[in-house]
Amino acid sequence: MHIVVCMKQVPDSGQIRVHPVTNTIMRQGVPTIINPYDLFALEQALQLRDKLGGTITMLTMGPQMAEDSLRKAMAFGADRAVLLTDRFFAGSDTLATSFALATAIRKVGDTWGKPDIVFTGKQTIDGDTAQVGPGIAKRLDLHQLTYVAKIAEIDLAGRSITVERRAEGGVQVLRTQLPCLITMLEGTNSIRRGSMADTLRAARAEVVKWSAADAGIEDLTKCGLRGSPTVVKRVFAPTAREEKAHLIDTTGLGTDQIAQALMTEVLTRVPAIEGDLQRAAASY
Amino acid sequence: MIDETFDAIVVGAGPAGNACAYTMASRGLKVLQLERGEYPGSKNVQGAILYADALEKVIPDFREDAPLERHVIEQRMWMMNDRSVSGMQYRSDDFNEERPNRYTIIRAQFDKWFSKRVQAAGALVICETTVTELVRNTQTGRVIGVRTDRAGGFIKADVVVLAEGVNGLLGERAGLRTPHKANHLALAVKEMHFLPRDTLEARFNLQGDEGVVIEAAGTITRGMTGTAFVYTNKESLSVGIGCLISDFKETGETPYGLLEGFRKHPAVAPLLAESDVKEYAAHMIPEGGYNAIPQLYGDGWLVVGDAGQFVNAVHREGSNLAMTTGRIAGEVIHQIKARRDPLDAENLSLYAQKLEKSFVMKDLKKYRNLPRALHNKHLFTTYPNLISQALQTWFRVDGVEKKQKENEIVKSFFRTRKFTGLASDVWSIARGWR
Amino acid sequence: MSSDAKPAPAAGGRAGMKKELPEHFKAYKHVWVFVELEGNEVHPVSWELLGAGRQLADKLGVDLAAVVMAAPGIPARRAVAESFAYGADLAYLVEDPVLQHYRNDPYTKVFTHLVNTYKPEILLLGATTLGRDLAGSVATTLLTGLTADSTELAVDADGSLAATRPTFGGSLLCTIYTLNFRPQMATVRPRVMPMPERQEGRIGRVIEVKADLVEEDIVTKVLSFIPDRNSKTANLTYADIVVAGGLGLQSAENYQHVKNLAKVLCAEYGGSRPLVQKGWIEADRQIGQTGKTIRPKLYIAAGISGAIQHRVGVEGADLIVAINTDKNAQIFDFAHLGVVGDATRILPALTDAFRARFAVNRLAS
Ligand SMILES: Cc1cc2nc3c(=O)[nH]c(=O)nc-3n(C[C@H](O)[C@H](O)[C@H](O)COP(=O)(O)OP(=O)(O)OC[C@H]3O[C@@H](n4cnc5c(N)ncnc54)[C@H](O)[C@@H]3O)c2cc1C
Ligand SMILES: Cc1cc2nc3c(=O)[nH]c(=O)nc-3n(C[C@H](O)[C@H](O)[C@H](O)COP(=O)(O)OP(=O)(O)OC[C@H]3O[C@@H](n4cnc5c(N)ncnc54)[C@H](O)[C@@H]3O)c2cc1C
Repeated sequence: MHIVVCMKQVPDSGQIRVHPVTNTIMRQGVPTIINPYDLFALEQALQLRDKLGGTITMLTMGPQMAEDSLRKAMAFGADRAVLLTDRFFAGSDTLATSFALATAIRKVGDTWGKPDIVFTGKQTIDGDTAQVGPGIAKRLDLHQLTYVAKIAEIDLAGRSITVERRAEGGVQVLRTQLPCLITMLEGTNSIRRGSMADTLRAARAEVVKWSAADAGIEDLTKCGLRGSPTVVKRVFAPTAREEKAHLIDTTGLGTDQIAQALMTEVLTRVPAIEGDLQRAAASY
Repeated sequence: MIDETFDAIVVGAGPAGNACAYTMASRGLKVLQLERGEYPGSKNVQGAILYADALEKVIPDFREDAPLERHVIEQRMWMMNDRSVSGMQYRSDDFNEERPNRYTIIRAQFDKWFSKRVQAAGALVICETTVTELVRNTQTGRVIGVRTDRAGGFIKADVVVLAEGVNGLLGERAGLRTPHKANHLALAVKEMHFLPRDTLEARFNLQGDEGVVIEAAGTITRGMTGTAFVYTNKESLSVGIGCLISDFKETGETPYGLLEGFRKHPAVAPLLAESDVKEYAAHMIPEGGYNAIPQLYGDGWLVVGDAGQFVNAVHREGSNLAMTTGRIAGEVIHQIKARRDPLDAENLSLYAQKLEKSFVMKDLKKYRNLPRALHNKHLFTTYPNLISQALQTWFRVDGVEKKQKENEIVKSFFRTRKFTGLASDVWSIARGWR
Repeated sequence: MSSDAKPAPAAGGRAGMKKELPEHFKAYKHVWVFVELEGNEVHPVSWELLGAGRQLADKLGVDLAAVVMAAPGIPARRAVAESFAYGADLAYLVEDPVLQHYRNDPYTKVFTHLVNTYKPEILLLGATTLGRDLAGSVATTLLTGLTADSTELAVDADGSLAATRPTFGGSLLCTIYTLNFRPQMATVRPRVMPMPERQEGRIGRVIEVKADLVEEDIVTKVLSFIPDRNSKTANLTYADIVVAGGLGLQSAENYQHVKNLAKVLCAEYGGSRPLVQKGWIEADRQIGQTGKTIRPKLYIAAGISGAIQHRVGVEGADLIVAINTDKNAQIFDFAHLGVVGDATRILPALTDAFRARFAVNRLAS
């Protein structure tokens, strides 16, 4: 079995700073990490490979430094890594991203065998769109399985796969045919710790680097800014509310009195609650 | 188990480990470097000062691509009491030279860069891997490799270089050295204060990549032995304060409490105003000096950097000693390897000999008694207050004749710290300095 | 100025910024909302979107249409009628047995067919698991732009859709346009838009469209649907009263105070993200940018600092009450009512106060 896992290197959003006065992004020293959602996809892929055999190819579109993340993925146990990197990709939105990735996956298939499953994370923590997975599926005509919580069964001979998919208010059990694209739900597993041997192998491994041309992309107008129908026109800070909270004067009040004052204030401001709660209380 | 044997395994990817790994790998040795952090420098968020000379001897062309923040053109030495600052300031355009001598850096970025160079030189660098144990030959006791916290984690090497920093437990656990003493360790806390570049440059009167370093001592440490500092980075200030752990224990003060006091000091607060504070880190500094240096080598192993207590507390030098000890260790290992001699204690003693001849040991020896002399409450409380008073008396124009002012100042010193005390303070510091 | 000839976009201006909409897109008119019908129920986010869509359509002077896809039957008809009540002028109704359960393939096929035939200029979907699954496929098939998780929708002077969404981990907002392509697509998370007034008896035009789907052509099969055992958790989003706790509560045990107050107020309980990370509460009780967006009548936040990522999830509440020991906590910048004090003491007292109040009332009635 051949599995492709798409992975993105992202800035650790917890550490992004916005300057309080100028509202500009302060990039100094913000570390990059593997998009945390993608690790659930990788671990699922590793588990499938452990069980069914085969190889895992990691694919990232990003700048040169994304090589670090790919190497890290190999230390977890992935077999090879491809970095799709080219200045033409700069400024890609999800449509352009899925075009580039889909074309590269085709090339991966030509080089190392057609993938049976393509994994992506549910979404990324920087773009947060969850659109890239479906975009790749559509472009490669793969059966699309999003928000997958569990792979219940794979029948390689019969080329079928059964999964549990998170839906609103419940879980959908779906069966479809390979090849398919799966976006993996978070919290479904936890990434393993690679062995010393895998870690050494990853440190020595060559990360395959493809330019747009290497990946077989002919139409550069479909890439990067030019290939992106969406346009970010304005970036701004959320406006502050004019009024600050009305603080209840607690001087000299005991806890019970504070609570009493707070309750009274709440019930005056949202009188509807009183009625609701009375009805609820009455129906006990 | 991994089947191959490395020429050397370096434990830790700070300045000492990096200098060592780089020196060996660039000379063709097969080097494996293991780092506990997520990436080299991930545990080192703070800003710091880089002394060019030590790095230049490892990587001569480092200025071309190292992430340097600012080169230092001005040094301020502050003596502070609660409301005032006196001190010395030295600024020179001569520091705007082609190859500046001191730079401010942000360790996380610098260590990462250094590690990239180490990898480019041919060393294998593996992060998120903790060395749990030195593995010895059961008969001879010679160190033959390390065990890590990963599955199948035993790796063999001809020599293991301990560059694990001050917190490293490996050497201690292996019985190679005794635990650090609390009065040999300082605890420093640091913060990064982010400011827009132009605001920062206006505040410190800087242009381009010029930088300022402020070192401060006085009542800010509330009687404990220690200093505080402010370094200018490109778009941030590194602000910190450190004192001996033994003093913290004794006084019950908290490092963060001290830092807050420093931050709010009337001379410091305006420098930090409106900044965005991020990244608060505590870090230990070995300040025992020469007397605290442990056994530095043995059969199949060496110690470099902070792990060997190589810090000059008086001049706030650490990373340069780390890089220098790392480099010398690397050179020695390469030399022995090139002769095809075993890396045993006898041959590795060359490392200690070379250190003795270098500035590292000479400087540490020079100040061997200073740590004790500086451990004197009066230096951090009485004198700053006296000096502040003296200067105020002197500068105030209030109709009192100058002769009388002089007398008052001299009297105030003797009144507060009797002649014998004063003399012994001066004596012990002078002797420590010799 | 024509930028057609320019090889690569210069900094600041990109190809997509050119003003003139290509001729073949000019026929695209009207605002559409996808009505999400799953298990015979319409997801309320669809009504919220009709409310937002109504405003866009009025500003543009065009129609607002609901798109309903379902198996033939009463739920579909009811969804159409409700769409009118929530503001739609017309509804495209596609009924086909194959559409019984949501599946990407047939839904994408039918939806793109509708768009290509009737040409809407704006297409809105809920940012639910279903909506996001469908929107990504539809946008890629149509090769148009899609803005995810919009928090604000507006129409510019020139008639284009300005979709605003959080960026850089939520600390800033950005406004995204799809200038040269149609339709302009956006998804919006549940509860981000207010629920519009339901207008009883409002009617509209129904356009029935045939899908001609054949079950045998669809590879993916739904084997079963397992409803969530604890479907209560989903109610957080739509609860009238929500009580939440943050790290200021200091321990998992103290979180019980939140639950106790919630019980007395018949409210749902939730918390800030660190509580999920610490395992004090389940992931689906997280409130904020990466958790649930809520719009209750009353929101009580105890020991929550009010980080921007939390704020965006609660700003729609009618009354925000904050209890925090730090009078400078950010939460007081957007709360309406506040108490500076220890939540671990005030919460139990408040619980007692409410309990006493409604016990008394019960006796009186
Ligand atoms: C704050 C912000 C907001 C944005 N909003 C929009 C928007 O509303 N609409 C829009 O069209 N674009 C938007 N973009 C651009 C969009 O994020 C980029 O196109 C991005 O490269 C891919 O989208 P994503 O990160 O949202 O991916 P998602 O769709 O969230 O990612 C899903 C999965 O796809 C895979 N993947 C994504 N990117 C890569 C990659 N480069 N290499 C390998 N695998 C990858 C990963 O497995 C990932 O987990 C936004 C970008 C930012 C930073
Ligand atoms: C990309 C990204 C997405 C995020 N998404 C979310 C999200 O969806 N939801 C979310 O909540 N967060 C989110 N966060 C995290 C967010 O930035 C904050 O870190 C988080 O909301 C803080 O939680 P807190 O208020 O509970 O804790 P803290 O910030 O630690 O605040 C604790 C507060 O309790 C007060 N306090 C202490 N003791 C008491 C006491 N005894 N009584 C009363 N008050 C007391 C303190 O004064 C303080 O204000 C996200 C962050 C990132 C980077």
